[in-house]
This record gives sequence, structure tokens and C-alpha cells, in this order.
Amino acid sequence: MNAETKPKLALYWAASCGGCEIAVLAIDERILEVAGAFDVVFWPCVMDGKVADIEAMEDGSIAVCLFNGGIRTSEQEYMARLLRAKAKVLVAFGACAQDGSIPGLANLLDRDTIFRQNYVESPSVDNPESTLPTATTTVAEGELHLPAFYDTLRTLAQTVDVDYFLPGCPPEADRIWDALSAILAGDLPPAGSVIGARTTVCEECPRTRHEKKVKEFKRTWQVIPDAETCLLEQGLVCCGIATRAGCGARCPSVNSPCIGCYGANDGVQDFGARMMTALASIIDSNDPREVQRIIATGIPDPVGTFYRFSLANSFLRRSRRPVAAGAAAGAATRGED
Amino acid sequence: MTDLEFQPKIIGFLCNWCSYRAADLAGSTRTRYAPNVRYVRVMCSGRVDPAFVMKALSLGADGVLVAGCHPGECHYLEQNYKTMRRMTMLQHTLRQLGVEEGRVRLVWASAAEGHRLAKAIDEMVDRIRSLGPLRWPAGWQERPEVLAAIERVASEHASAAQEVAT
Repeated sequence: MNAETKPKLALYWAASCGGCEIAVLAIDERILEVAGAFDVVFWPCVMDGKVADIEAMEDGSIAVCLFNGGIRTSEQEYMARLLRAKAKVLVAFGACAQDGSIPGLANLLDRDTIFRQNYVESPSVDNPESTLPTATTTVAEGELHLPAFYDTLRTLAQTVDVDYFLPGCPPEADRIWDALSAILAGDLPPAGSVIGARTTVCEECPRTRHEKKVKEFKRTWQVIPDAETCLLEQGLVCCGIATRAGCGARCPSVNSPCIGCYGANDGVQDFGARMMTALASIIDSNDPREVQRIIATGIPDPVGTFYRFSLANSFLRRSRRPVAAGAAAGAATRGED
Repeated sequence: MTDLEFQPKIIGFLCNWCSYRAADLAGSTRTRYAPNVRYVRVMCSGRVDPAFVMKALSLGADGVLVAGCHPGECHYLEQNYKTMRRMTMLQHTLRQLGVEEGRVRLVWASAAEGHRLAKAIDEMVDRIRSLGPLRWPAGWQERPEVLAAIERVASEHASAAQEVAT
């Protein structure tokens, strides 16, 4: 097949760490099959390419776009919209694009706090005039623009329509290959679905499980767990119970609790709520004070524990942000009755 | 109470066997109490997933009430203990997300305690009224200058593409 007739493939990254790009290469020599089957038109991480070339293409002319990362700036949003228009199939690739992931934990703060920390207060910063990045700066030569930085990181699907989701931080090489093969064969599930397993990590976990009753939640540094028994039964907060399978239970297999990178299982809208429900059920106490103590001492960072990968895609999306006075005054604040 | 006074919007999940009957009793005994709670009847307070509470807040509720049978009196033996543990876990999480104490509350009210439920609701409404509206979805909205920036990026690229073409 020559480049004219091959389906076109684009890969892009937004608010992410770059691990997803490496994950694509982790399919090893099969990357040559990808290169053989697709004409890779845009992949800024590994090859030269210009946004203008993509803009010049007709809408829908890219067969598949694998998009990793959440949407944090106006430039990322522009690229998401552009690639949505140009791609027939847009895949939210990895935990950041799907659920916001680690960059989404910044939704516990807002832009001003993040800027002050990064550009003023951080001990390694030398910024005596407290200069902060602004979207527009006027200099003698004219106006300069930087992408605007959002208060709230959004997921890809909160920004544009997404056809498929490929979970994981990063997605496992074999799951990426499964997805690419399915796309190549035209054998795809209904639009909007997650390409992956429909069960939880527990299903893949080799540990033995009994009835769970926990008197104390322990942090990983407090205990060396035995290698046979369910980690949750040993008091470690293992997120495998709520997390979609697909990784082969890599972390529990090496004595480390699941942290939930594969996101929520099918039918679950809020990953953290699932974790809270399940963990509360196994606390072995009916005394409100003792329950308070077990939770407060065992889970000092509940958002970081239950929403490590999904805060931006949870029902609440972020911590409470004071609403500007102007917006507050006229807002619908009164009940109808 | 004037028209302009803030009226909290509260969603109440009441268990079928005790608390919903307590609300019925409050009604049939003509107990006067704040009309701010919209009730949702569930078979057991143990049915209330933290997701229900967070969904209510995310859609604009100012508070959420969960009410069930007293400990030891659950129709389903001990599910209300699970409720107690879940609500403790949820409140612990909501605190970190900046939701004030008192917006999400767990109350025990038996079928004979219409008055107790009414009193708890009055207290909750007063507390939330003093906290003010929650307006959660407004927290997702970006500032106007941010929204303007995306339009600017789009138009810059459009005009650059025009230049390339000509």
C-alpha cells in the first residue's frame, strides 16, 4: 500500500506526562506493522509535523487519532477540537484523556494557587518581581500570546465528542495492540465504549480472598504484606475492587496495592464513590467514634486515594472554588417553592 | 422569611421503613417545618451510594440529607451501620473537597419520630442558609478571559491557514 491509500493515523498529547507515547512504542516490533498499515501523519513526540498541515486537511480525512492527556490550556482545547474535526475515530488514549488522571488532581487547586506555587513560592524559583504568565502581553513590538491556563482541567470527553476510550496509566502494550488490531479489522464496539475488559482487577489477581473485615487501614510503608492473601484483607487500601481489569493485576502481583489507574469498571460513573462504598462496608466496627478514627488515621488523603486518576471525571470534578461575586449575585440560588 | 432570602435546595434520601414514615407522620400530625427537602424514598438507607450524594451536589443541591432507622433497628438487620460508615467516609472526602460540615447529614428517625425528623430538617435548613448556596457547577466555569483565549487561538490559526493558502 502506498501512502495515498493507507488510512491516516495521528497521535497527540495534551496535559500528560509522555508515558502514553512510550507505551505506544512498547508494542515493540509490532510498531512496524502499525507503520505498514497506517500513514502516520501527525505525531509531535516522535516526528516533525506542522499544525498547519492538519488544518489544511479535509474534515474526517484522518482515520484514527489517539489523543492522550487532559485539557488544561486553550491551545490543548484547540488541538482537541481540530483533531476531532479531522479524525473519523477519536480515541481518548490513557487515563489522563479519559479521567484527568494525575494532572487532574490539580483540580484541588485553581490557576492562581498553581501559578503562585510554581512561579513565586517554590524554593527553586528566582522571580523577585513575581512575574506570572498571562495570556496576552504587550511589548514594544506588539502583542504576545501564550495559551490561557484553565482553573479546571477537563477530560477529552468533557471537551469534544470521543468515540472510544483506552484506559490505563499507561495502557498496556497488549491492550494497545488489541485496540489497533480491532480498528484495522474494522471490528469495533459501539461508539462511546471503552475498549477493554468488563471486569475488575480482582478477577485477574492471583491472591486468595476471604471475607473482609478491617480494623485498621495501613499505609504501604507500615507493613510488608504476605504474598498470598488479598491486600485489602491485610488492611492495605487496594483499589482493585473498583478498577477495570486489563493490566493483569501487575501491582498486587508484586505486593503493591492497586492504585486504580485503569479507571472505573463498566457502568460506574464515579470511581471514588465505588471505593468509599466498598471500603466502608468492610470496616469492622459499628461504633461511630471508632469508625471516625479508623477512617481519619488510615486514609489521611481521601481524594488522593479514591480519585488519584479520576478527580476531573468524577461527579464533583474539582474542589470547591469560590465563585466570583458578579457571577454569584444573579445566579439561580433560590428554590422554586 | 422574605422572598429574597436564600432558600436551600436539599435532597433527602429517606428509608422506606422508618424515616419516610416519620415524614408521613410529620405530615399527618401537621407538624410545621421547613419545606426545603425534596424526598427520595429508598428501601434502606444502606441503598444510598455516596455517588447519589455527590451527583445531587454536582447538579446544584445545597445539601443532602440521608435518614434511616436507628442503629439496631434496621429492617435489613445492619445495613444502616454500613450507611453510618459510608457517610463518615464520604464526609471525610467532602471535607477535603471544600464542602462545609453540615451540608451532608445523616439522621436516624423511627416511624414514630415525625417530630424528630422535622426538627433535624429545620436545623439543617438553618445551618445551610447560614452557609449560603453551594453552586457547585458554577465552579467548573472558566473565567471569561480563558474562554476568549480559545477563540483567539482558533482565529489566529484560521488566518494563518488563509495566508498559507494564498
